[in-house]
Amino acid sequence: MTLLTTDTKSAPRARDKTPDRRGKVRLREHVMGWLFVGPFGIVFLALLIAPLAYALYLSLFQKKLIGGTSFVLFDNYVKAFTDPSFLSGSWFVIRFSLVSIPLQIIVALAMALILDTVTSLFTRFSRLMIFLPYAIPTVIGAVMWGFLYSKSFGPLTDLFGLFGATPPDFLSGNLIFYGLVNVVTWQWAGYYMIILYAALQGIDPALYEAARMDGAGRWQIALRIKIPLIAPALLLILVFSLIGTLQFFNEPQILRSLAAGTIGPDFTPNMYAYQQAFALANFNYGSAISFALGGIVFVGVYAFLFLTRKRRTFL
Amino acid sequence: MMRARPRPQRHLPLQVLLGFLVVYFLVPFWWVIVNSSKDAPGLFGGGNTLWFADTIDYLGNLQQLFTYDNGIYGRWILNSTLYALAGGIGATVLAVMAGYGFAKYRFAGRRFSFALVLGALMVPATALVIPTFMMFSEFGLTNTIWAVILPSLLNPFGVYLMHVYARDAVPDEILDAARADGAGEIRTFLQVAFPLMRPAVVTVLLLSAVASWNNYFLPLAMLSDNRLFPVTVGLGVWQGIASANNAGSTSLWSLIIMGALVSVVPLVIAFFTLQRHWRGGLSVGGLR
Repeated sequence: MTLLTTDTKSAPRARDKTPDRRGKVRLREHVMGWLFVGPFGIVFLALLIAPLAYALYLSLFQKKLIGGTSFVLFDNYVKAFTDPSFLSGSWFVIRFSLVSIPLQIIVALAMALILDTVTSLFTRFSRLMIFLPYAIPTVIGAVMWGFLYSKSFGPLTDLFGLFGATPPDFLSGNLIFYGLVNVVTWQWAGYYMIILYAALQGIDPALYEAARMDGAGRWQIALRIKIPLIAPALLLILVFSLIGTLQFFNEPQILRSLAAGTIGPDFTPNMYAYQQAFALANFNYGSAISFALGGIVFVGVYAFLFLTRKRRTFL
Repeated sequence: MMRARPRPQRHLPLQVLLGFLVVYFLVPFWWVIVNSSKDAPGLFGGGNTLWFADTIDYLGNLQQLFTYDNGIYGRWILNSTLYALAGGIGATVLAVMAGYGFAKYRFAGRRFSFALVLGALMVPATALVIPTFMMFSEFGLTNTIWAVILPSLLNPFGVYLMHVYARDAVPDEILDAARADGAGEIRTFLQVAFPLMRPAVVTVLLLSAVASWNNYFLPLAMLSDNRLFPVTVGLGVWQGIASANNAGSTSLWSLIIMGALVSVVPLVIAFFTLQRHWRGGLSVGGLR
């Protein structure tokens, strides 16, 4: 029989068993463990490892009109990293991340702090309404904002007309950046808010009581207690938004048809890979771009998590 | 001695600020609700875009939406439902089993495989679309429902969530007691562990079903037959057509607006009715 143990959970449970049963117990652990993990393992190998390996393989070849397909090693990658389309797309998503991610997190954090401080029927209602865009497919969100930005359907013309001003055109070259920042913030800030709010609700209120006794004001409690304690949750949403933003595709792809000329087919690296693979049937180069992009995201995020791991992150 | 109860906090300025934010988050919904009631003259007549026109014709627009092109829109909704259910349920079953396995069995290769799963969290799903497409095209799987359902089964985040939850919410002692009473491993899992894991199971199911319902890039790449499209790809195609020929497509615009409204209704209902479940589960990932 197993005794109650105060060991950490990672201590092997077989320890207390009698020696002669031990081998059998260990074997059962191996078999059952793999039985439970196996089905996911198969999917993991077939739909993550295999496609990545295949894409890597394809990315090492080039198809030419004359001479057919030939092995070129890293030529496709060299081409990608000197390709103005790929570079400008990458530069765009980096700039976009630098502006939109801090904005989303600040908005989400402010809303979560407000909702954590004030409780009323209205704040409960607000929490749901602010979260609502998360339930909307990003495509539909982009379609909806496309209508709001549009000169023929949108309210901007009327609104600015009231003051005799010309409405801003968020689908034009100058403002499309901010138009997209707005769509993304609308779509995701509520989701991040819910994650942060859940983390805030997990804090022991006795801490606030103690801080108040020591003379801390509301701002000090927010800045010195609440925010440091939800740092893991902040890190989590930072990572999620970084992964998502570097892969930016849905929103610009949808707004492309409305913003003819503003959003090119190489607007983001992912759109460029899509164009190479599906419009130009250039699968080898498309693979190389996909692989390079996925690789950069993976390494970047991994390095980021490694550097911040002291703070006991979510991993 | 009794301490005075803290006064309920009102904070009027904060509530007003919150009010503005709510308006911002609701404007697109309001626009769609208002404009899906309009006929073509109402839509293009230059009236107030944020208020109803003289004729309010929801039923007419709905009827048009579901009869246009032999009712292709209804088909898209059904496809989306199928993809969301199949992908959601499949991914959840796999994630629950794997999460439990990682949390409760010390098998050979466990640490290494779990590290692989954590690494996979950082591989963006969209980065896999083109590689998966090319692999599937070797097997003739593109342009079938499997091309959309199979990739949705991969949910490393679900495995991670279930692992954390199973580790903390299912005590080893209970499992050992069940085993001592003669229950096999499978029965212990189904009858003892699973009920304890139920809140996280609901969360993973919701999150993966929503991810499948919202998916756009994958079906866009995989499918060419418009009868297999989910509603996201279908509406995207309509929008492309409508913008390409501005004048000749006035009726298509009202279909798109109505289509956008109808497509968000199922998820909005699901989120409101199931909010108790997803809120508890979301905090699992954020707190650890």
